[in-house]
Amino acid sequence: MTHWIVAPVVLPALLAPFIVLAARFHIGIQRVFSVAGVLALIAIAAGLAWETSDGTILLYQLGDWAAPFGIVLVGDRLSTMMVLLTAILALFVLLHAIGSGWDDRGWHFHALFQFQLMGIMGAFLTGDLFNLFVFFEVLLIASYGLMIHSGGNERLRAGVQYVLFNLIGSTLFLFALGSIYAETGTLNMADLANRVQLIGPEETVGIRVAAVLLLLVFAIKAAVVPLHFWLPSSYAEAPAPVAALFAIMTKVGAYAIIRVYTMIFPPELEVTSGLHDLWLLPAALISLAIGMIGVLAAKKLDRLVAFSIIGSMGMVMVSISLFTPDGIAAALYYIVHSTLAGAALFLIADLVRAGRGDLNLTLRPAMAGTALTAGLFFLGAIAMAGLPPLSGFLGKLMVLEAAFETPLMVWIWVIVLSSSLISILGFARAGSLLFWKAHSVDHPEDVERRSRPATMSYVAVGGLVSLLTAHTVFAGQVHGYTTTMAAQLFAPEPYISTVVDTPGKLSKPKTEEN
Amino acid sequence: MEFLVASAIGVLTAGGLYLVLRLRTFPVILGISLLTYAVNVFLFASGRLTLGAPPVLRDHMETYSDPLPQALVLTAIVISFGMTAVVVMIGLGAFLGSEDDHVDDQIEAPGTGAEDKP
Repeated sequence: MTHWIVAPVVLPALLAPFIVLAARFHIGIQRVFSVAGVLALIAIAAGLAWETSDGTILLYQLGDWAAPFGIVLVGDRLSTMMVLLTAILALFVLLHAIGSGWDDRGWHFHALFQFQLMGIMGAFLTGDLFNLFVFFEVLLIASYGLMIHSGGNERLRAGVQYVLFNLIGSTLFLFALGSIYAETGTLNMADLANRVQLIGPEETVGIRVAAVLLLLVFAIKAAVVPLHFWLPSSYAEAPAPVAALFAIMTKVGAYAIIRVYTMIFPPELEVTSGLHDLWLLPAALISLAIGMIGVLAAKKLDRLVAFSIIGSMGMVMVSISLFTPDGIAAALYYIVHSTLAGAALFLIADLVRAGRGDLNLTLRPAMAGTALTAGLFFLGAIAMAGLPPLSGFLGKLMVLEAAFETPLMVWIWVIVLSSSLISILGFARAGSLLFWKAHSVDHPEDVERRSRPATMSYVAVGGLVSLLTAHTVFAGQVHGYTTTMAAQLFAPEPYISTVVDTPGKLSKPKTEEN
Repeated sequence: MEFLVASAIGVLTAGGLYLVLRLRTFPVILGISLLTYAVNVFLFASGRLTLGAPPVLRDHMETYSDPLPQALVLTAIVISFGMTAVVVMIGLGAFLGSEDDHVDDQIEAPGTGAEDKP
């Protein structure tokens, strides 16, 4: 049993208190340790992803207790890829936070950042539903701190809404877990997958309620309409690097839906039939439409980006709710794309704020550092709106192709294509107002010119954009890998048998050991 | 006993939901506390209700109460307690900063709108 799989959880968990206790007053030391920790995380995550890429299931029994009595961490292709994605995203977000000085505008940014990473990594790796709840709470409580980092009335007010909404979500999660436990007597995902199959057709009331509750909880996390109301103001008011890191948090919801509804409640299961195609798919289509209309309607750039996150999550959820291997493979490709593009856009919005003073979409004199910021915004907008040549276009193509054979094909094609058009209009309007028309306005003499944003911020955004480019250039390989990932998800027997059948402490009778 | 526990959970949840839908932070936080009480009792009851039975293995005992929900509910209590404390602090900060404790978004008064700023 390899111990490396627990490292993505343990390393930030140790680093965060160390930063609080030993480096509280020295932002320089905090930065060094934080970046070193994230670099180590990337190395570990890459190692794990490499190890699982041949289909191996990594299992880690905490305290050597066998499942379902102990908590297990499980790494398969999907979870290790998400861990790697989180680590890479964290590096660029951290570079931007350091470059722009956001981390120095309040207390404990780096410690909270590490705790946030710990929660996200744990949520991706755990094999136990209650443990998933605990890691959700870890990432949420760190995100509460990060969200109101550096204070301000508007931010605190949005923070209250965000915290309250998520507290209600957590309560709902507990209700779901309680009903699942009452029905099946276990909360280990692999064990649940076995037991849910055994429930007779006339006794499915409880487990159906539990399945719907659980879907609601994950839909809150994934900001699916009508549970998306928390997202725009909290993402827009959060400090830019934090909002960029939050781009992965909606994906935690998507990941949990993929994991739970391919393994525990697979689409062919009688109990939960209709949940995906009847409810999830229309909701996803509506979130796609609302998100992209919001892009067009937004009056500020940060709101615009927040709505584009809702739209792209809608896109991901459309693809997921097809629940075919093709659909999941396309969704996974799109998840990577949308995380990188969303984070890049939030960081670009911060570059605009730094060069201009605010984010209102109104006519102003040209901002400091226009040329470079405008170029990056152009690339980010192309990626997010799904224009060729960047990966958003390929991702949408894959989703459309996966939806081609389904009965709701017309709806999906119409909404995806028309919402793309709307989002192109929205981004074009914002871009031309911010960068192009600004040149026709003279800079007033009495207002001091702002200095250009820090170079390191540009490096961070440039890194994300170049990753997007790589995601496009190697689209064939990435899509091939996500296809094998989807195949692994739709054949969960190795996962289940690895978790359930691996012996641990006390699983052998004592006489045998002697 | 089942009826008593079930109706207690129901009443707590109903009261909590009503308070959560209010417009100001204080009732909403109270509502969330009620909801978490409800869910704690619910989790506790998810291992079936047994009277006077030990949760750990003993000699000469026939019935046991399920120990796992008790562990789960302990975790849930700690987490919800901490979260409530956090939201009280953030809510207080927002209230003291802006002299306003509405949870919902306020319609911006004319003159303070985003468009009107120089």
